[in-house]
Amino acid sequence: MNQIRVSEKGSVAMGAPLLSVQNLQVEFRTAAGVARALDGVSFDVRAGETLAVLGESGSGKSVTAQAIMALLPRAIGSIVGGSILYHGIDLAQRPIHEVRKLCATDIAMVFQDPLSSLNPVFRIGYQLAEPFRRRLGMGKKQAWAKALELLKRVGIPDAETRISDFPHQFSGGQRQRIMIAMAIALEPKLLIADEPTTALDATVQKQIMTLLADLQAETGMAMILISHDLGVVAQVAERVAIMYAGRIVESGPIRDTYDYPAHPYTRGLLDSIPNAAGMGRQLTPITGSPPNLLSLPKGCAFNPRCPSVNDLCRAQVPSLRQPEGWAASHSAACHRTGEVLAHA
Amino acid sequence: MSSVPTAIEAAKPSLPRARMRLSWRILGPLLVIGVLALGATFVPMLYGYDPLHTDLLMRLKPPGTIAPNGMMAVFGTDEVGSDLFAEMMAGTRVSLIVGVCTLVLAGGIGSLLGLLAGYYGDWFDTALMRIADIQLAFPSILLAILLVSVLGQGILNVIIVLSIANWVIFARVVRSQVLTLKNREYVQAARTLGAGDLHIIFRTILPGCIAPMLVIASVEFGYVVLAEASLSFLGVGAPFGTPSLGSTIATGTQYLATAWWISTIPGLLLLVLVLATGVLGDALRDHFDPSLRSAR
Amino acid sequence: MLGYIVRRLLLALFVLWGVATVVFVIVRMVPADPALLIAGQTATAEQVAQLRAQMGLDQPWIVQYLEYLQKALAGDFGYSYTHSVPALQLIGQVLPNTALLALLACAVAIVVSIPLGVWAALRVNRLGDRVITTVSLIIQALPGFWIGVVMLLVFSRMLKWLPSAGLVGPQSLILPTLVLALPFIAILTRLTRSGLIEVNSEGYINTARAKGLREVTVVFPHAMRNALIPIVTVVGLQFGTLLGGAVVTETVFSYPGIGKLLVSSIQLRDYNVLQACVVVIAAAFVIVNLLVDLLYAFIDPRVRLSK
Repeated sequence: MNQIRVSEKGSVAMGAPLLSVQNLQVEFRTAAGVARALDGVSFDVRAGETLAVLGESGSGKSVTAQAIMALLPRAIGSIVGGSILYHGIDLAQRPIHEVRKLCATDIAMVFQDPLSSLNPVFRIGYQLAEPFRRRLGMGKKQAWAKALELLKRVGIPDAETRISDFPHQFSGGQRQRIMIAMAIALEPKLLIADEPTTALDATVQKQIMTLLADLQAETGMAMILISHDLGVVAQVAERVAIMYAGRIVESGPIRDTYDYPAHPYTRGLLDSIPNAAGMGRQLTPITGSPPNLLSLPKGCAFNPRCPSVNDLCRAQVPSLRQPEGWAASHSAACHRTGEVLAHA
Repeated sequence: MSSVPTAIEAAKPSLPRARMRLSWRILGPLLVIGVLALGATFVPMLYGYDPLHTDLLMRLKPPGTIAPNGMMAVFGTDEVGSDLFAEMMAGTRVSLIVGVCTLVLAGGIGSLLGLLAGYYGDWFDTALMRIADIQLAFPSILLAILLVSVLGQGILNVIIVLSIANWVIFARVVRSQVLTLKNREYVQAARTLGAGDLHIIFRTILPGCIAPMLVIASVEFGYVVLAEASLSFLGVGAPFGTPSLGSTIATGTQYLATAWWISTIPGLLLLVLVLATGVLGDALRDHFDPSLRSAR
Repeated sequence: MLGYIVRRLLLALFVLWGVATVVFVIVRMVPADPALLIAGQTATAEQVAQLRAQMGLDQPWIVQYLEYLQKALAGDFGYSYTHSVPALQLIGQVLPNTALLALLACAVAIVVSIPLGVWAALRVNRLGDRVITTVSLIIQALPGFWIGVVMLLVFSRMLKWLPSAGLVGPQSLILPTLVLALPFIAILTRLTRSGLIEVNSEGYINTARAKGLREVTVVFPHAMRNALIPIVTVVGLQFGTLLGGAVVTETVFSYPGIGKLLVSSIQLRDYNVLQACVVVIAAAFVIVNLLVDLLYAFIDPRVRLSK
C-alpha cells in the first residue's frame, strides 16, 4: 500500500507530530472469516491540535482508537501491520501491558455510552480517585480531594455531596462529564473521544463539545474526536480525516474539506445532511449499502456506490494524494478528484 | 464500540460452514440417544430378559462370562442371574419412557399455563407465579419423594409426580418469552388485522416460544432421567418387578465387594445418557439464545 | 431498599405458609389410616376409634388444618409413630449433622469453583478453559447416588481409607461432603466463568483498561464485584438442590442426617416425622433464599438505593 504520510506534504512542519499512525492494518477473526477492519491507515496528530475522524459504522474509526490504546478484543482482533509512533516508541510492537502504562498518563480515552462505561457498583468518587491511587500511588484522602477538584472542573453541581453517589444516580450528560474528568485526571497529552456525544440529547451534545474545547484550551492537550456526525465536530476540530471501509479517503483542514470536498464519499456525506442553506431542497443519500469487510471490492472500496466510478477505480486502490488546485495539507484517495469535483 | 463485528453481521450471507460446525454438538448427542433408544427397545427382547426370572446358577457372574446357552454376559450378571446388559437396557427403556412422558406432560401443561399467564396477565398470572414460588421452595426431589410416598410406587405415578415437580420451569420460561413477544410489532399487527385472542396466542406468539421450549426440554430431560433413577434408588420409584437403572444400582450396593459391576456399569450408562442430553441442551441454547441460562 | 426487604419478607412468610399447607394436604392424601397404623392389626374397632379421637382425626378437616398450623408454629409436629418421641425432637437430633454437611459442601464448592471459574474465564476457549468446561459438564451429568456408591466402593471397600457408614469422626465427613459438593462445584464454576465473561464485555471494563490499570486490578475488583452479584442469588437457589441431594447422599453413606430420617420415615410409614422433615427442609430453603436475597439487595447499589 502506498500511503503517503500527510505530514510530508504538510505546509507547516511544527516539529515532529505527537502521534504518528503509519499504514496501520488491523484484522478481526470472526466465525465468518477474516475481516480487514483497518487497511493501511495513516495520520498524524500534533501537540495541541484537534483531529476529527469521521465515518459511518464499520468504517474503522473506533477500531483505530482501540488499536492505539491496545484495547482490541484480544481473542479476535490484532494489529497485523503498520506502526503507531508515540514519542518515538512504536506502540504496535510493544506488549500490551507496556502500552497500558501510557494509557491515562499520556493517551486517554472517553467512550461512547457513559452509562455502561462507568462501573455501576463503585461510587464515582472511587472511580475518579482510582487513577491517582493506583497509577500515582496517592493516599486515599488526597486522591479523593483531587477527584473532587476534577468534578468541579467539569461542571458537576454540588460536587461535595455527589462525589459519593453511584453512576446510575446521574443524568446522561453528567455521566459523560464524569467520564471526561476521569480521562483528563492524569493530564494526558492526547485525548481520544470515541463518539462522546452520540448517546446524548442534542442540547447536551453542545455542552459536552464546549467542555472539551475549554479543557483543551486550558491544558493544551491534543484531541482525536471520533464521530459520524459532521456537524458536531465542526466547531472544535481543526483537521478532519474521513474514513471508509478501513481506509482514510480524505483528510485536510476542516473548513476546506467541508467547503471543497476532494472525494466523492465526502461529497455524498455533505449532500446527505440537511443544512439551512439548502432548505427546501431534496436530500440526496448515498446509494448502495455499507461495505462488507469480509470481502472488500477490488480497487477503490467505494466504487460500488460512487457516482463517478470508472474502470481504473475498479482495478486499482487509490492512494492519498494532494489533488491539483486543493490546499497543500488537503489530500484525498481518489483517482478522479480533479475531474469530478470542482474546487471553486 | 465493536462496530466492525456488527457491520460484518449485517453483511453476512448464510454460510453453510458455520451451520455445519454447530450441528455436531447437536447431532452427536442425538445419535447417542438414538442408539440407546434402539438398544433399550431391542436388547432386552434379544436376551429374553425377564425381571421376575431367577437363574441361581448364573448369579453374580463377572463381565465376560459365557452362559450355558452360549451367549456372553457382556457386563456380567446380577444377583438373580439376569444378564446385566439386558437389565440395563430394560432400565434405560423405563428411563426414556419416563423422560419423554414427563416432558410431554410437564412441558405441555407448563407451557400452556405460561402462555395464558403471560398473555392475560392479571390475577391469573399473579396466582400462578405465587403457586410457582411455593412449589419452588421445595427442592424438587423432596417434592417427588413426598408425592410418591403418598401416591405409592409405579411408573405412572413417577411420571405424574415428576411432571408436577417440573412444570414450573416450563411455565416460567414460556411466560417470560410471551411477555417479551407480546408487545412486538408483529403481534400488534395481527391484532389490528382482527385476530382474536386464541389465534394470537397459538398462531402468532406460540411459534416464537418453541425455541426456548426446546432448549428447556432438552435440559430438563436429563434432570428427569436422573430424578427417576434417584427415586428408584431410594426405593420410591419404579416398583419391584420393573427394572430401573436406579434400583439396579441400589441392589448392587449390597454386593459391592463381590460383584462391583452391578452398581458401577449401569451408572456409567446413566452418565452417558444424561451427558448427551446436557450437551444437546447447551448446543441448542447456544444456537437459539445464549441468554436462556436456567438457574437450576 | 426498605420496600424491597419488606416485600421479600412477606413473600417468604407467604411461601412458608404455602409449604406447610401443601405438606398437610399431601400427607392427608395417604390412603392408609394413621390410627390403624399405630394401633396395629390386633386392635379392636373401639380402640382404633378411641385413638382416632385422641389424634383428632375425627374432626372436620378445616379444624384439623387450623390445629396443625397452630401446632406447627409452636414447633409441635406430633409424635413419631415408631419412636414415640416428638417428631421435632428426632429432627433436632439429626439436623445439625445435615447442616454441618451442607455448610461444608457449600464452603468447599465456593473455595474451589470461584478460582476455577475465574481462571477459565481469563483463558476463554483456550485449552485450560475447554478442559474445565468439559469436566464441569461431565460432573453435572453424574448421578449423585451413583458417584457416591462408586466412591464408597473405591475408598471404603477397596482402599479401606475411609469409613463406609455412620458418623464416627471427621473422616466420615469427607466422602459425603465431596459427593454433595460435586454438582454444586460444576454449576458454580460454569456460572462464575460465564458471569465473568459477560462482565468482561461490558463498557466499564474497557474504561478500566483505558485508565491503564493492571489486568489484575481490572479483574479484581472491577469485574468480579459485578460478576459476583448474580452468582449470590444462584448460590441460594442451589442450596435447595443441595438439600435435596443430601437426602440421597445421606442414604448412600448411612449418614445420620435429616435426609436419612426422611427416607426411613417413608419406609416405616411414619407420617408425622415425614411431614415434619419436609416442612423443616423446605423452611430452611426459604430462609436461606430470603437471606440471600437480602444480601443481594445490600451488595448491589442499584437496589440498595432504590425504593
